[in-house]
Amino acid sequence: MSLALPAPDMDRAITRISHEILERNSGSESITLLGIPTRGAHLAARIAAKIEAIEGKAVQCGTLDITLHRDDLRMRPPRALMPTTIPALGVENRSVILVDDVLFSGRTIRAALDALGEIGRPAAVQLAVLIDRGHRQLPIRADYVGKNLPTSLSQIIKVQFTELDGVDEVTLEEGNA
Amino acid sequence: MRHLLSIADLSATQAIQILDTAEELSRVSDGPMKKLPTLRGRTIVNLFAEDSTRTRISFEAAAKRLSADVINFSAKGSSVSKGESLKDTAQTLQAMGADAVIIRHSASGAAQRLADSQWMTGSVINAGDGTHEHPSQALLDAFTIRKNLVRGGNDLTGIRVAIVGDIIHSRVARSNVLLLTKLGAHVTLVAPPTLLPAGVESWPVTVAYDFDSVIADVDVVMMLRIQLERMSEMFFPNVREYSHYFGLNRDRLKMMRPNAIVMHPGPMNRGLEITADSADSARSVILQQVTNGVTVRMAILYLLLAGSQESGAQV
Repeated sequence: MSLALPAPDMDRAITRISHEILERNSGSESITLLGIPTRGAHLAARIAAKIEAIEGKAVQCGTLDITLHRDDLRMRPPRALMPTTIPALGVENRSVILVDDVLFSGRTIRAALDALGEIGRPAAVQLAVLIDRGHRQLPIRADYVGKNLPTSLSQIIKVQFTELDGVDEVTLEEGNA
Repeated sequence: MRHLLSIADLSATQAIQILDTAEELSRVSDGPMKKLPTLRGRTIVNLFAEDSTRTRISFEAAAKRLSADVINFSAKGSSVSKGESLKDTAQTLQAMGADAVIIRHSASGAAQRLADSQWMTGSVINAGDGTHEHPSQALLDAFTIRKNLVRGGNDLTGIRVAIVGDIIHSRVARSNVLLLTKLGAHVTLVAPPTLLPAGVESWPVTVAYDFDSVIADVDVVMMLRIQLERMSEMFFPNVREYSHYFGLNRDRLKMMRPNAIVMHPGPMNRGLEITADSADSARSVILQQVTNGVTVRMAILYLLLAGSQESGAQV
């Protein structure tokens, strides 16, 4: 197991992503952050807190559960549904920024785009991830990346947040393949 | 979980999982787009060998909102009325590739028989079997109670429920007694002795014969339909006397606790077990039960059908 991103670096990455989001969208007025549960939701809350600290005003932040739109539902036992909370201004004509912890095959994001389409028609959709580990199976890329981490398919990336796991860090483990 | 045959098979944890799933799905039903792609390509058969309005259309609506294909099959107008057996019917459905069969049957245990047999491989959902059980109704009732009366908890601890009326013929009462007590509620059955089943003293409930002595102490009054079609003998002297002692009317409504709710699984005999003004009063959540029925049944279908069958163990 190796430490890919220790706590201070993780915090810097989140700060940088927050600044990039503000720069690209000329402020926080038009944006809505939607985190994909579980850890994407925590990351979205972190980014929202940073943006609020920078801009001095609240930012729209919610969660988007994608379980019902997954394409691998039939391959696994049923999954519990997670909460979807859409902030007050909705997604209609907003710049929605999907937030997830790790970008891998891209299938989660495809499902998220479908789930988002059920809720409304955003003006634009962007993607922010903490780790991009490669191995895309779909034509999807992230707009904001905390760290690009080249991996082999057998390796396992573990993102941990203090709120859930008692520690902030990203580790890379050797799988058994 | 592969089949849903009876509440007796469910653990409290599994029941709460169904209610929590329904809670999330209800947000979808409230949204502008009511259709989800989750069960696309799955075929669900509604096999109704007994009359039903809301259960059948509720399951149909639930399946359609999850994009499953629904085939409706009722005994009337099918070969069942020509004397085709349950086995032949099931094998026919299997040959057509049904992923799940929702069965209502007048014989207690029909759903269990279908699930235990090798006649078909799909999931079996019991939508009411004789006077045995009606698990999806109990789940939607528990969901409705939780939504209206429980704040900051996921079970029904401390909730007091009176189930009033034709207990002996009621599969809804059996499933509700099992589920509500499993989730921590206290259940009182109120009925004349003739409408209570033999062996009721072994149920985890209190029994009362006097509705007025109970009504002021409960949070939920669940009225049951007098099932005249199942009554071949006299269970009470006449309808007026029954309504007087065991019906819900304006005077009894006034005796209820401030936040208490009125439930009825439907269809109602207005004027018999419940007066029209009680059924339409502000305390009545009878239409909410119908709405919640769709989301709870979506949750059941999701949990039984969305995952892989191989890894799902029967409960």
